[in-house]
Amino acid sequence: MSKSRELALASALLTTLAAPAFAETLGLGRAALPEEIAAWDVAILPDGTGLPEGSGDVETGDEVFAENCASCHGDFAEGLDSWPVLAGGAGSLTDPRPVKTVGSYWPYLSTVFDYVHRSMPFGQAQTLTADDTYAITAFLLYSNGMVEDDFVLSNENFTEIVMPNADGFYPDDRAATEYPLFSAEPCMENCRSAAPEVTKRAVDINVTPEDPDGKPAGTLPVITVASTGEPAAVAEPAAQETETVEAAPEAAPEPAETAEAVPAAADPALVKAGEAIFKKCAACHKVGEGAKNGVGPALNGMVDAAMGQIDGFKYSKALAEMGAGGGVWDAASLHAFLENPKGFVKGTKMAFAGLKKPDERDAVIAYLSTFGP
Amino acid sequence: MTDEPATSRRAFLAGTAAAGAGLVATSATAQTPDPLITEVQEWASIFGDPVDATPYGMPIEFESHVVRRNVEWLTESTASSINFTPIHALEGTITPQGCAFERHHSGAISLSKSDYRLMINGLVDKPLVFTFEDLLRFPRQITTAFCECAANGGMEWGGAQLEGCQFTQGMIHNMEYTGVMLRDLLAEAGVQTEGKWVYVEGADASSNGRSIPMEKALDDVMVAFFANGEALRKEHGYPVRLVVPGWEGNMWVKWIRRIGVYDQAVESREETSKYTDLMPDGRARKWTWVMDAKSVITSPSPQAPIRHGAGPLVITGLAWSGNGRITRVDVSTDGGNTWTPARISGDAKSKALTRFHHDINWDGQEMFIMSRAIDETGYVQPTKQALRDIRGLNNVYHNNSIQTWWVRADGEVENVEIA
Repeated sequence: MSKSRELALASALLTTLAAPAFAETLGLGRAALPEEIAAWDVAILPDGTGLPEGSGDVETGDEVFAENCASCHGDFAEGLDSWPVLAGGAGSLTDPRPVKTVGSYWPYLSTVFDYVHRSMPFGQAQTLTADDTYAITAFLLYSNGMVEDDFVLSNENFTEIVMPNADGFYPDDRAATEYPLFSAEPCMENCRSAAPEVTKRAVDINVTPEDPDGKPAGTLPVITVASTGEPAAVAEPAAQETETVEAAPEAAPEPAETAEAVPAAADPALVKAGEAIFKKCAACHKVGEGAKNGVGPALNGMVDAAMGQIDGFKYSKALAEMGAGGGVWDAASLHAFLENPKGFVKGTKMAFAGLKKPDERDAVIAYLSTFGP
Repeated sequence: MTDEPATSRRAFLAGTAAAGAGLVATSATAQTPDPLITEVQEWASIFGDPVDATPYGMPIEFESHVVRRNVEWLTESTASSINFTPIHALEGTITPQGCAFERHHSGAISLSKSDYRLMINGLVDKPLVFTFEDLLRFPRQITTAFCECAANGGMEWGGAQLEGCQFTQGMIHNMEYTGVMLRDLLAEAGVQTEGKWVYVEGADASSNGRSIPMEKALDDVMVAFFANGEALRKEHGYPVRLVVPGWEGNMWVKWIRRIGVYDQAVESREETSKYTDLMPDGRARKWTWVMDAKSVITSPSPQAPIRHGAGPLVITGLAWSGNGRITRVDVSTDGGNTWTPARISGDAKSKALTRFHHDINWDGQEMFIMSRAIDETGYVQPTKQALRDIRGLNNVYHNNSIQTWWVRADGEVENVEIA
C-alpha cells in the first residue's frame, strides 16, 4: 500500500521535474545575426528566392567560363574526359546513352546559379561573384541554344527563363507502381522452368581493380593449414609492399647517385608540407608511380625539365611555345608560374588561381622534386 | 605394424579423391604431427607487445586486405569520388568506421569542434546558431542505421560488371550513432506553420545541400556526433553529421552547418541533376529517398572464394530495408529454383543492417547462390529483370535487385547474370 503510494508520488514528481524540459525550449544556442545569415544562407530557390542583385551577359560569361570552368568542362561546356557535360543532349533522354546536361535535363535555372555560386569552380568554391555567376549562367543558356549571344541575365529576368525539361520530373511513385508488384508471397519451390544459364559475366568486362596476382582486389588471403609453421602466403606481399614504400625514402640518401638525382629532397618537413598543399593541385595533376595525365599533365620529373614536355599531354599553345623556345621549369619559373599561372603563361589551360605565399610554393616545388621521371 | 600407417594413408588418399574436391587437406587429415603444436612457438615463449604499443589500435597486419577500395575509372577526381566497404571480409552488422565507405564531393575536410557552428534559419521564430558544446547539452538519443549510397549497385544495371560484393554492394555502412534529434533542434528555433521542408548543407566546399520534408525531419532524423561509441571520423563528417535512417546516403549531410526551413524544396543540384531516376519515357522520378529492401551474400563471393572444399559451408550475408525491419531472408543455391529461409542472426533492427546465415553441406558442385530479403511491409526484393521491366536501363540509382554469384566446383566465385 505504502509502496504504491510512494510510486505514485515518485512518478508525479518525475512528471513535474521532466515536464519543463519537453514543454519548453532549453534556451540553448544564440540568435543568428543578419550578417551571419547573409553569409551562410546563399540558397537560391526555383521561385527566385535568394537571388542576389546583379547581372551578367553571354560574352562575359564566355570569358569567365574559359578562365574558371573550361579546364574541366571544355570551352563549349562539352565536358573534357569524364567531367560533366553541361551543354547539348537535347532529346537524348530516352537514348541508350542519355546526355544529361543543364539544357537537356536540369529542371530549374535556380539550381545552376545556386550550384555554380556556392560549389564551383571545383577546388576553389565560393570565389565567383554574383555578376560572374549570372554571366556563367547566361553563357550556359547560350551554350544550350536557349538564348542569343546578346542576352543579359539578371535577378530581374531570371525567373522568366523556363528550362526545357522543367516538366520532366515527377515525385517518387514506387509505392504505387512497384510496391504492389513486389509484395506478393514469393515462390519457394520449382520456381524455374529451365536450368540456369549464364548470360552475363563480369570477368568478360574486365574492369575490376585487381591485386598483383590478378585476382579481384581485396580477395581474402589463403589460410592454409600451416603444417610447416610458415605464415599465410597471400598476406605477405601486401605487408612487404607497404614496408618497401616506407623504407625507400630512408634508404634513398645513402647512394651518392640517388642523392644527386634528388637534390631538392633535402628538407623532409618542407616536402611533407608540399604534399599537403599539393592537394589543391591533385584534382588535376597526378604524381608518383603510375601517374597518368588527367585534366593537367602528370608531374613526375617536371622539376628542372623543359616546359611543355610531359608525354602525351596536349598543352596550351602558349606553354608549348615556351617549351619549344627552351623554357625550363627551374625554381624561378616555377615560382612565377605557381604565383600567378595566367600572368606567367598567358593562355595556359591551368585554371588554378595560384599560390600567393612564397613558402607554400617552395614546399610544393620541394615535393614535386621528389618525383623523378 | 609397418603396414598400418601405409594402409591408413592409402585409405585417406582414396577418401580425398572420392570427395572430388581435390583441394588441400584439412586439419582433420594431418598425417604428421603439427609443429605448430609439437614445437614451442616464439609467441609462446617471449613477450608480445607491451601496453601502449599502439595507443589507438589498428587491425593486426594479417588483416591488411580488409580496407576500403575505389574503382579508379569511375570518377575523374578522388576529391569527388567514392570508395567501397570491404563487406566481403566483415561479419556481424556494425561497420568499423575505419573501413566504412567514403563519399565526398569536395574532399574530407578537417573541421574542429571549436570551429564548428550550426545555424538554423528560414521559416523559424528564432534563427539560431549552435556551438558544438550547445549540441552536447540537448537530450541524447542512440540509433543504429545503415547508410547506403543511392548508386550502390549502379554499375550493375546494364549487366554483371564488377567482381566482388565490395564493388557491387559496398557503398554501404551501418553504425550505432549517438546524437540529438533534429526535431529537438527545430523546436528550439520554433518552426513556423508554413515551414514544410528543411534544407541541410555541409561546411565543405561542395555543401551538398539536400531538401528533406518536414515530416521526416520531425520523425527519426538525427544530428549525430558519435558513431560506434567514438567521435565520427573525419571522412564521415567529424564533428557532426546528419543521420537520415532508411534514406539514401547523399542526404546524410556531413559537416552539417546549416538547416534552412522553407515552404518548398530547394531543388539543389544533388536532387535534380543527380540522385533522380531517369525512366524509359525520358522523364525522371525525383525525391526517391527511400532505399528499398535488399540483401546480398557477402561470402562466398568473388573476393571470398571457397577454399576448404566440399562439406560444411557457411553462407553469410546482409539484408536491410529503408522501410523498416527485415523479417525474412531466403537463400537459393540453384539459381532461384528452390528457396530456403536463412537464419536471421542477432537483432533485426528497423532501417539497419541485418545479418543472415545459411549453413549447408556443399556437395562440391557448381552453384548459383542468391539471397532475397523481405521486410516488415511485405516487400520482396525483386530480380534485376523485374526492375528493368519498369525502370529500363538508364536508371543509375536504387538498384536493390537480387545478386547472383556463380560458385564454381573449384570454389572460385564469379559475378554473373543468369537467365
